[in-house]
Amino acid sequence: MQLTVWTYEGPPHVGAMRIATAMEGVHYVLHAPQGDTYADLLFTMIERRNKRPPVTYTTFQARDLGTDTAELFQSAARDAYARYQPQAMLVGASCTAELIQDDPAGLAEAMRLPIPVVALELPSYQRKENWGAAETFYQLVRAIADKEVRPSPREGRRPRVNLLGPTALGFRHRDDIIEITRLLDSMGIDIHLVAPLGACPADIKQIGAADFNILLYPEIGDTTARWLEKTFGQKTVRTIPIGHGATRDFVNEVAALAGVDPACALDRSNMPWWSRSVDSTYLTAKRVFIFGDASHAIAAARVARDELGFEVVGLGCYNREFARELREAAKLYGIEPLITDDYLEVEDAIAALQPELVLGTQMERHIAKRLRIPCAVISAPVHVQDFPARYSPQMGFEGANVLFDTWVHPLVMGLEEHLLTMFREDFEFSDSAGASHLGHGHAAPAQNHDADVQAVDESTLQPVAEPEVMAARGWSAEAEKELLKIPFFVRGKARRNTERYATEQGLATITLDTLYDAKARYAR
Amino acid sequence: MTAAVALSPHSDSVPANGADCAPVLRERGQREVFCGLTGIIWLHRKVQDAFFLVVGSRTCAHLLQSAAGVMVFAEPRFGTAIIEERDLAGMADCNEELDRVVDRLLTRRPDIKMLFLVGSCPSEVIKLDLSRAAQRLSGKHSPNVRILNYSGSGIETTFTEGEDACLAALVPELPALPADAPQELMIVGALPDVVEDQFVRIFRELGIKTVRSLPARKSADLPPVGANTRFLLAQPFLGETARCLEDRGAVRLDAMFPFGAEGTANWLHAAAMAFGIDEAEFQRVIAPGKARAIRAIEHCRAQLSGKTIFFMPDSQLEVPLARFLSQELGMTPVEVGTPYLHRRHLAQDLALLPATTVISEGQDVDKQLDRVRAARPDITVCGLGLANPLEAEGLTTKWAIELVFSPIHGFDQAGDLAELFARPLRRRDVLKV
Repeated sequence: MQLTVWTYEGPPHVGAMRIATAMEGVHYVLHAPQGDTYADLLFTMIERRNKRPPVTYTTFQARDLGTDTAELFQSAARDAYARYQPQAMLVGASCTAELIQDDPAGLAEAMRLPIPVVALELPSYQRKENWGAAETFYQLVRAIADKEVRPSPREGRRPRVNLLGPTALGFRHRDDIIEITRLLDSMGIDIHLVAPLGACPADIKQIGAADFNILLYPEIGDTTARWLEKTFGQKTVRTIPIGHGATRDFVNEVAALAGVDPACALDRSNMPWWSRSVDSTYLTAKRVFIFGDASHAIAAARVARDELGFEVVGLGCYNREFARELREAAKLYGIEPLITDDYLEVEDAIAALQPELVLGTQMERHIAKRLRIPCAVISAPVHVQDFPARYSPQMGFEGANVLFDTWVHPLVMGLEEHLLTMFREDFEFSDSAGASHLGHGHAAPAQNHDADVQAVDESTLQPVAEPEVMAARGWSAEAEKELLKIPFFVRGKARRNTERYATEQGLATITLDTLYDAKARYAR
Repeated sequence: MTAAVALSPHSDSVPANGADCAPVLRERGQREVFCGLTGIIWLHRKVQDAFFLVVGSRTCAHLLQSAAGVMVFAEPRFGTAIIEERDLAGMADCNEELDRVVDRLLTRRPDIKMLFLVGSCPSEVIKLDLSRAAQRLSGKHSPNVRILNYSGSGIETTFTEGEDACLAALVPELPALPADAPQELMIVGALPDVVEDQFVRIFRELGIKTVRSLPARKSADLPPVGANTRFLLAQPFLGETARCLEDRGAVRLDAMFPFGAEGTANWLHAAAMAFGIDEAEFQRVIAPGKARAIRAIEHCRAQLSGKTIFFMPDSQLEVPLARFLSQELGMTPVEVGTPYLHRRHLAQDLALLPATTVISEGQDVDKQLDRVRAARPDITVCGLGLANPLEAEGLTTKWAIELVFSPIHGFDQAGDLAELFARPLRRRDVLKV
């Protein structure tokens, strides 16, 4: 058993729901107990969908167990078919139904419905949401794709591609598709099919008619892309166009496969100039910690180092399926990869590294808030505010603009606070005003957490820790007071560096000189 | 489950008009409801030194996280011990694993005084005996931590029934009230602190000195129970808890549920009668509060009077809320759906519903949505999985969960309660997009 409060991913059947909900004409009959319908509201609330997810839950209860759960499944499937008339049906079990060992596959087959029925084997006690989505998409394509279909001859037509991987509840998938479609159009390339998002089974049947595939979200589409390579000989573009450089690489890779001139891709990105302008100089070597799904984390690391001039000090992902790719990427930055789905480990890593910016998921947003570190979101899981009304892709040249604004924004706020702290002695300013991007009155860090983290509370010059604690660590009163003059958002790092320096030098007492000697020692 | 018994209402205020014995529409099919685990979200805020450990799957953890929203990050006092392949394959002994998890948890959180092992669908299906585990672990961790068990699984409980199961598990733990003790009053059901304090103040003013609450805010303050306990249900979903209290000799005071001016007055009156409070004195004490409630409700009357409302089943609060909206605001309940109908506890509220109201128990969600579309009510009360889709069809909705999470009981929340229903209609009228 694993003690969990927060989980980065839901169970695999939620991944299957993401595929069913993304598509048209597909209905998912899920063998599940009462209560599992909670997942509907991820789609209706967080993503603000205006339709119910196309999922029928058998909703068995205790009184049904051992008697008619199989019959319940069949009648639910029959009713769903009669009511919704789908072109294809997915059937499967949630974690509880997996234990009662009804066989949705066999039960559905016995019904002889006149449409393709795809049975899903999603091991709930081993696998998670992304895997469930990938497996569902793969099984569906495998069952429905017409293996005889091939691209028509190239003479007199534009190249045609499939975009693979976007789903319901995907982080910025809606706008990424628009951006990439525009980019490809500017290169003279047509989209044959976007799947699963917006596709119906009839479209999937013709998937083989595209010249090649573009895999935008490996977490969802990788298994399918490999099968299409094998079955239809379609090649796969694997560069993920997140960031300015990656988008250029993507354009080149696509152009080579399509036999078009990459120069016609319209680069309308402001990002390179924004990043080179003198206002961005202070971004140089800002220490950034990056965590999310592997694909977004790896892409973000490249943008952070090569396009914003940050120093990547931490890189990790929560999906073990892509651990190898992440380890490779971590080597590029000479850092230890962090592969975990335990948010407490992530929190410890962030607390230990004291980065100046955190790029992560909704979870890291909260960790950063607690540790008072600027933060931006780069990956699912995300909350409702990251399904915005405005156009905000992550991919392509407009995506690069979005990334620049999103990541720099919390740092500019940090700079604004820095100016405030310089005027701290001024009666109108004080630490207790709090950080503007964190809102007011946020909770102090819990005491049972890394005590290095200091909340700033009501007093202007609030102790860094209990005076006796500081004294026990060798801080003289004078040095401790000086430490308080350092802006709160780098104070934790300054204290750690000073204590480390004192230990290295074998000093029993930390004096004013120790503080400044350490500062000189660790100066960048 | 106790058999539903139709009783003639004790209410003498209004002649019964028949809804209390109207036939109930019972349906089976897909149910769009939460499981009992969701009760943890408000229970852990109420009992300040309790921890709720769900023994379940990743789905259970995901549900709690989805329902708890941002609360997950405030070092919450709940979590999930996720059953893994190893546990199912017998490679790991479930009980040993559970002990390990509990030890780690209690080491990490020494402030915890009461730990609930909460059963889920997976743990119930694999027949993991959590009650024995709770006994075993209690032996190990007493006197510091008391460890109890209840089930919040979807196969057994719907949404607020999780609270019922939790409180019922607490009842055997309550100290015994001596047989010769003076009569005491107990308020049963987790209420927001502000509401609970209001009620206690009114009871004190009436002269009822000893008023206890189940659950109490601290696990050390368990209220005693015995033959001289008189209890009022603050919530309509506490059938099992009431039964357990009655088994220990306590007596339930029959009343309407304390929503709005009328419901609250009736509820307080039941206690006043049981404690022999003089009628004139009772009226004097509640007059200011009741007048305030009537004034506050009045703000929404124009908006709500004559409007139709459809309740989809969610929390069992539907019947008393429909009573409040029809009796005190002039709304017309078309259909009142509830996941479970406890006729005896709801007798007085049922009696005041219009005879035309359809009462439905259980759900077949697609068929019920067909009825919603046919009726086109002014407001549909439903869960968040249905609210936006219905809005997109041009129907105005009020999401039901808020009625469980907000302070809505008592005189001084009556206006807020009416406002919860008036606001979606007002918004519908002001938007020009």
